[in-house]
Amino acid sequence: MRLKSILALLLMLFVLPISTLQAEVYPSTYNPLPSNPTLITHATILTGTGERLDDASLLIADGKIAFVGQGDVPEGITTIDAKGRWITPGLIDVHSHLGVYASPGVKAHSDGNEMTNPTTPNVWAEHSVWPQDPGFSRALAGGVTTLQTLPGSGNLIGGRGVTLKNVYSNSYQGMKFPGAPHGLKMACGENPKRVYGERKQLPSTRMGNMAAYRSQWILAQRYIDDWEAYEKKVSDGKDDAKAPKRDLKMETLAAVLKGEILVHMHCYRADEMMTILDMADEFGYKITAFHHGVEAYKIADELAEKNVCAALWADWWGFKMEAYDGIQENIAIVDRPEGSCAIVHSDSAEGIQRLNQEAAKAMTRGNLAGMNIPPEHAIGWITSNAAKALGIENSTGSLEKGKMADVVIWDVNPFSVYAKADQVFIDGALVYDRNNPDLQPVSDFELGQLQGVSK
Amino acid sequence: MKTLKTVFIASLAIFTMAAQAQTIMIQGATVHTMGKDGTLENTDVFISGGKIQKIGKDLPVPQDIYVFNAEGKPLTPGFFAGITSLGIEEVSAVAESVDGSLALKEMHPEFNIIPAYNPHSSLIPVTRIEGFSFTLLGAGTKGSIFGGQGRLVALNGGYESFIGSSVLFINVGRDASELSGGSRAGQWMLLHQAMQEADNPPASNEARLLTRNGRNTLSAYAENGMKTVFNVDRASDILEVLRFAESYGLSPVISGGAEAWMVAKQLAIAKVPVLLNSLSNLPGNFDSLGSRLDNAAILEAAGVTITFSGAGSHNARKQRQMAGNAVSYGLPHEAGIAALTSNPAQIFGFTDDQGMIRRNKPANVVLWSGDPLEVTSVAERVIINGELIPMESRQTKLRDRYLPENPDMPRAYIKP
Repeated sequence: MRLKSILALLLMLFVLPISTLQAEVYPSTYNPLPSNPTLITHATILTGTGERLDDASLLIADGKIAFVGQGDVPEGITTIDAKGRWITPGLIDVHSHLGVYASPGVKAHSDGNEMTNPTTPNVWAEHSVWPQDPGFSRALAGGVTTLQTLPGSGNLIGGRGVTLKNVYSNSYQGMKFPGAPHGLKMACGENPKRVYGERKQLPSTRMGNMAAYRSQWILAQRYIDDWEAYEKKVSDGKDDAKAPKRDLKMETLAAVLKGEILVHMHCYRADEMMTILDMADEFGYKITAFHHGVEAYKIADELAEKNVCAALWADWWGFKMEAYDGIQENIAIVDRPEGSCAIVHSDSAEGIQRLNQEAAKAMTRGNLAGMNIPPEHAIGWITSNAAKALGIENSTGSLEKGKMADVVIWDVNPFSVYAKADQVFIDGALVYDRNNPDLQPVSDFELGQLQGVSK
Repeated sequence: MKTLKTVFIASLAIFTMAAQAQTIMIQGATVHTMGKDGTLENTDVFISGGKIQKIGKDLPVPQDIYVFNAEGKPLTPGFFAGITSLGIEEVSAVAESVDGSLALKEMHPEFNIIPAYNPHSSLIPVTRIEGFSFTLLGAGTKGSIFGGQGRLVALNGGYESFIGSSVLFINVGRDASELSGGSRAGQWMLLHQAMQEADNPPASNEARLLTRNGRNTLSAYAENGMKTVFNVDRASDILEVLRFAESYGLSPVISGGAEAWMVAKQLAIAKVPVLLNSLSNLPGNFDSLGSRLDNAAILEAAGVTITFSGAGSHNARKQRQMAGNAVSYGLPHEAGIAALTSNPAQIFGFTDDQGMIRRNKPANVVLWSGDPLEVTSVAERVIINGELIPMESRQTKLRDRYLPENPDMPRAYIKP
């Protein structure tokens, strides 16, 4: 790095507010598991960047993708002949509650919704994550290498989400995706107004929802102003500089306004999403992704234009009023405009195991509706687009040289109900093998259950 | 009391023919008859007057009828949507649109869901255009151990399209423990007491669990061997169901059955069928620690008749994906189709109406774009009771309203 750029960087750091200069708290302790260089040959590769490569090779070295494509490959390393099999990037679920609503789903494991106040940006989902959730192992068998665990939707502002590598560890810190930004879970519509309306408190209406979010953003702007005023006094050498009191709620919201935390907004109805987009403009922040968006197809153009992702189900609908207009073409229609960012998400310990099947259903409905969506495009809904929404697209979500070797080998075309993940690699380490029980992790909870039952 | 029962049974025998049966020829299909004829390649099926009139090669085509060239695609019986609240529930979180459960704590096995059935519910077209021709309307789990009674219904949208006899629902295990003083042993205590009351009505001054109608209902199920669905997951609870049912002459069906594979042999010997969710593989609670993806395959191999349930009402169409996943985990493909067609028809005793493709029987068939259990296949034509179902639902109308790009006028003017 040249001196000039180092100086520029130092200058940039200097003017950044103090809050962002604090060392990362609850830092990731994740380390890739041991791996060997691995060459996979003769596979059909869906790169996640829209390409399909037939009879192609993938080389994993030092935990990274070292080569993808056809042509000469190095000799003398572990080779997997994947003839007839398919390779995709590791799947990414942007909306999971694994760890915070762990199996078994007993009350003692209900740690996802801090429904004691409609705005709880101070809570962090990671502080609820139980790393022994058996659901992580099932998701792994479904090819999921990265997931975002979010708080629930009972609150308007539910708290921070955490992005995890899908590896077992004694702590969530050991799963925490290095360098991934936090998400902020927010929720529109029926859930918050029902939860708090039943208690005869704000919000009991959609307009109440809006009033409550806006009040919080105003407080957060003030919080930033107070800190900036303090920092200016410090830099001006004023003696009366007195640091404002730290406020966990405001720290999260201020980080959103500064673009450091990505907003993941549970929102079903098209009109509400439009209102939320205006609110983001009012306070100068960005919605990274709407989640659930059962009516996103009604505003596909607006979402693409605003560069907002929509994380959706293939076919869920009708369980509440705001989900009544669900259609199976939702994902495909959202995907249609230039610059769109459609994502298939699960919100379910069952669905996360079959993101490929959910994407296959959405692809099928889009094609029947006259769109031309091949698997090499649809795979982006559960890989590269999801990575983009989590702010980790530079390190994972596609099979490109230099990216983390998060890779799945499928026995057949993954866009099939019969497809199974044969092998799953995370950062180049083989962490799941369907044909090798030694490489199938079992959570502490499941160990030793059902003694005497012959399986 | 005897007369009452006879009336009750007679009323179960309603058989409804489609109002607008058509004359239809499906040519050149791969016909999964699900009967003794097996699967017939390149075969024609001729439907008229609501029934399948002919099955054969190169059948003559009368004039002015609907003709579909299947080009070898699969034709199966209409699929079973599982236990649902189709026509009983419109929006789950809108209480006034939900009638599936009697929230009274007293025992009312006489509660019957059928008067709440609305054949015009938007869920019915949403479900049937995906290849589903019948469902079992379930009765509630919010009240007592007795959910009440439901019944099978054909999804042609008729007011009287019910099939077969009523079915009783009983909830035991984890879910019901609050309904019985907090112990599942209390459930069995109360269930035994209820059956004994039905058999031997208590004196007028004695404490009782059931109304007169409730007693009559239970004795009808016991005397006539009518199907009783037990919602239960844990292996030891399933065995308790078998003992209980045998001692009162009930004809049990297991629903849920997460650990049914552990007692597959006992279920096979007792000829007790299982309705299961083949996607369940998590220890979701302490009753289902043994959940596994090959539950269906193990049960089928042991000789247990299985079908699928558990996708709920709105997404009942997911049953097909359930069957596909069961096949992916060891269930033979044809058994996967049987689990959605002939098996449920056999379990509930109406193979004449649904679940098979047979001459002179009501025409309930679906023509598929490809493998009927594959997520990339769809139903292309659906015929219920001989009637060609319009491939339209509220969802297809919303789709067609929003598919056109940049319309001049608001989409409220686009009315597909």
